[in-house]
Amino acid sequence: MLRCSQPLTGPNRKRCREDEMLLGTVLDEGERGFIIDTRSAQAAKQARMTGGGTEPKSSYPQWKRLHRPLERGRPLQESFIKLVEACNDTSINMDRWLSRLESSRWLSHVKAALSTACLAAQCMDREEASVLVHGAEGTDTTLLVTALAQVILDPSCRTLGGFQGLLEREWIEAGHPFHLRCARSAYSHARLKQEAPLFLLFLDCVWQLSHQFPFSLEFSERLLLTLFDNAYASAYGTFLCNNEKERRESTHSLWAWLNQPGEKKKYLNPLYSHNALVIWPSVEPQSIQLWQGLFFRWIRSSQYLDEAWAEIQRLVEGN
Amino acid sequence: VENVRLLDRLSSRKAALGTLYLTATHVIFVENGSEARKETWVLHSQISSIEKQATTATGCPLLIRCKNFQVIQLVIPQERDCHDVYISLIRLARPVKYEELYCFSFNPKLDKEEREQGWKLVDLTEEYNRMGIPNNYWQISDVNRDYGVCDSYPTEVYVPKSATAHIIVGSSKFRSRRRFPALSYYCKDNNASICRSSQPLSGFSARCLEDEQMLQAIRKANPGSDFLYVVDTRPKLNAMANRAAGKGYENEDNYSNIKFQFIGIENIHVMRNSLQKMLEVCELKSPSMSDFLWGLENSGWLKHIKAIMDAGIFIAKAVAEEGVSVLVHCSDGWDRTAQVCSVASLLLDPYYRTMKGFMVLIEKDWVSFGHKFNHRYGNLDGDPKEISPVIDQFIDCVWQLMEQFPCAFEFNERFLIHIQHHIYSCQFGNFLCNSQKERRELKIQERTYSLWAHLWKNRADYLNPLYRPDHSQTQGTLRPQMPPCNFLYKFWSGMYNRFEKGLHPRQSVTDYLMAVKEETQQLEEELEVLRERLTNLQKSQLNDNKVKSKRQDRSKELGLSTSNNSLANTPQEYSNDLKSFPSRSPSQGDEEDSALILTQDNLKSSDPDLSANSDQESGVEDLSCRSPSGGGCLPSEDSGKDSDEAVFLAV
Repeated sequence: MLRCSQPLTGPNRKRCREDEMLLGTVLDEGERGFIIDTRSAQAAKQARMTGGGTEPKSSYPQWKRLHRPLERGRPLQESFIKLVEACNDTSINMDRWLSRLESSRWLSHVKAALSTACLAAQCMDREEASVLVHGAEGTDTTLLVTALAQVILDPSCRTLGGFQGLLEREWIEAGHPFHLRCARSAYSHARLKQEAPLFLLFLDCVWQLSHQFPFSLEFSERLLLTLFDNAYASAYGTFLCNNEKERRESTHSLWAWLNQPGEKKKYLNPLYSHNALVIWPSVEPQSIQLWQGLFFRWIRSSQYLDEAWAEIQRLVEGN
Repeated sequence: VENVRLLDRLSSRKAALGTLYLTATHVIFVENGSEARKETWVLHSQISSIEKQATTATGCPLLIRCKNFQVIQLVIPQERDCHDVYISLIRLARPVKYEELYCFSFNPKLDKEEREQGWKLVDLTEEYNRMGIPNNYWQISDVNRDYGVCDSYPTEVYVPKSATAHIIVGSSKFRSRRRFPALSYYCKDNNASICRSSQPLSGFSARCLEDEQMLQAIRKANPGSDFLYVVDTRPKLNAMANRAAGKGYENEDNYSNIKFQFIGIENIHVMRNSLQKMLEVCELKSPSMSDFLWGLENSGWLKHIKAIMDAGIFIAKAVAEEGVSVLVHCSDGWDRTAQVCSVASLLLDPYYRTMKGFMVLIEKDWVSFGHKFNHRYGNLDGDPKEISPVIDQFIDCVWQLMEQFPCAFEFNERFLIHIQHHIYSCQFGNFLCNSQKERRELKIQERTYSLWAHLWKNRADYLNPLYRPDHSQTQGTLRPQMPPCNFLYKFWSGMYNRFEKGLHPRQSVTDYLMAVKEETQQLEEELEVLRERLTNLQKSQLNDNKVKSKRQDRSKELGLSTSNNSLANTPQEYSNDLKSFPSRSPSQGDEEDSALILTQDNLKSSDPDLSANSDQESGVEDLSCRSPSGGGCLPSEDSGKDSDEAVFLAV
């Protein structure tokens, strides 16, 4: 699986031999590969007007392009804000809750992200074909897809250590601009142009996987919540900057803290058991649930659910 | 009928070819050729509707919808055969006489005494005793001993001590269907009670002295409170409309010291339509998130669930926190009243959250108080307007509570699903007819078997591993979180999409934890035995040493005999009893329900059948997601592979 940003085809359909050769070397003679473009076909076409574009079939004959539009940027931030508002709205009654939930479209985005990641995984695991993922910049929906696909495909990414490594590789080193994307979260009135909850969407998708495969992830929901918190406001420098170039070494690493033996056990899933297989989630609407642990965190008590987890821990440890 | 195809509901590619059989009690589809000889059994009594669809090139499609939410799509090659099957099923699914029902032929090979014992498992007199009755305020009345006062009530009713037979009879004449106020639940801690009845025949201005006295008696049976709540579970408009028909609700002016309250729960017709709409959403082919959420909201199902819960919460609060008694009614006092009283009881009393207690609760508030099982769930062919998912809603409420309070119930989701299944299956006699009177006339207890005994025998399958009698969640009253917690009510896909394997986690956390719990227990027992053995060994070594010093020449002999003794003391075989560490097979997962669809094997043994497939959590060969029947845009050059992958292509 490879990732990049959009080719700069432009309105004049420019070509680049080096780019074509690079992608050519990935595939053997007669092999085919898939390009997953996280923009709609129309958006990708329109990008040509501003210097971007897509890989023309004639220049990249072994690659088949699939478009899977994933929301990003302002619309995604609006979706997030709407959802949080709906959750906090004390006046909604049951009559209108679901339509309010629906109108935020957040769960649709979760479904789309999971579906696309599964498609990428499917191409690799079932079709045994290489996959190239890109959107426009290669820093948002691209990373969402590649990171999620790896959690689906690779059991080592589902361990606590492996997941951290995944985040380092696919989000931090890959240059997701955390500083811009995770500025104010959902409550601020300042609608910053560059703000968008891609990382949260990723965490939500991982949560969906943990919900559907309760035995397959070594880490618990608590880790996901901690990562969410730290992406927006942190004592550690891990999510601080926009890319590696900007990152300063004068801060402490979140991982160092999380991995201390005393801390670490709080983030482990007591039901975990190594699952060497690929985990294929259901993306039917019934299977995709609202991540109550995050969105209702401050609204309702988690006491009874915490007690249940404590009980699970007790049972497993007792054994 | 041969060469019939059984379609996977969402992927026409996954059709199975086999033979369809119709027996007196079941529809059976047997798959051709598969090593496992996979069978799908459906009881006729489970069939809710049969739809014959337009003939296509491949054959004649027949859609069977079941009351337990299973949907079976068959394609029969010949139109004439399809028609025959259709007509037969229509007749078979609509029995005319009780004797046609499965419970009269079902034979679990128990003797007469076992059958009797099974029926005695749940005893309501014992239950009221447990509540503390009879006592100074409440007593048992035999006024209805021949069903002379109210034919839908049981022979034994519990009433306030000061309610004489005269008052009861008078009150019954002023109540719809003669369903006078009677006790459902008594809280011995504070003497508050929950009574239930039907609506008064008050019209616009009618009064009845005895009925007013009856309510007064109920109020007085709780000296801790100077008023009584009267809760009408209907929407105000409906209740008011009833007045024009000479019925209605209690006027606060006429009844001393009552506080009247409407809690609008819609009627059986609204609920029937609500379920219908929700099932239509479930049948959508690859719906978008939007389709699903809109459809679900449109059905109103969760809104109704919440209304029932809110009513139960109100009553539980009145009893537990205010110490005030409550009289609950709706129109006839056998639908909404039953739902609301049983939800309130569950919240109030931890006993009803145990397995046995739950069975008792259903016997009390549903069976004994004359909920019309036959009319509501169509045991026999009847008026379709009487059909309504009343108890299904109650069971849904219980599930919602289990989700909010995972440690509070002794039983698990499977228990609820199996109960729902058997309410419709008519395999057992508990839920036949419309009243105790009818059941006794049919001699149900002598001719059929009790579901409760069957479930109790298999209770290991129904336990909640997180339940501990000493846990804080299992003590006292349950207090569900109040608004703005509208979101806490979830769509129960385990029930309404029960048979759609792809939707559910392939492994049951419940079953895994139960296995862990059992293994721990066995290990602890083994440890205990080993400890004992060690103590014995140590003791005999001590003796051995003492003897040694005195009789060294015989020490060897002694030593031998001692060691022989310790060998002889070794408990035998226990290590073989130790189960292997629970494997990750979802064997208790998707296939279990097929056991409820009775096969010859498990007619004798207990359900569920745990011998199902042993796929690991996610099979490489078998995608856990459903695929739409639409084509995908994966190139078909190497289409030797199974094309379930299409699912990810349609978002």
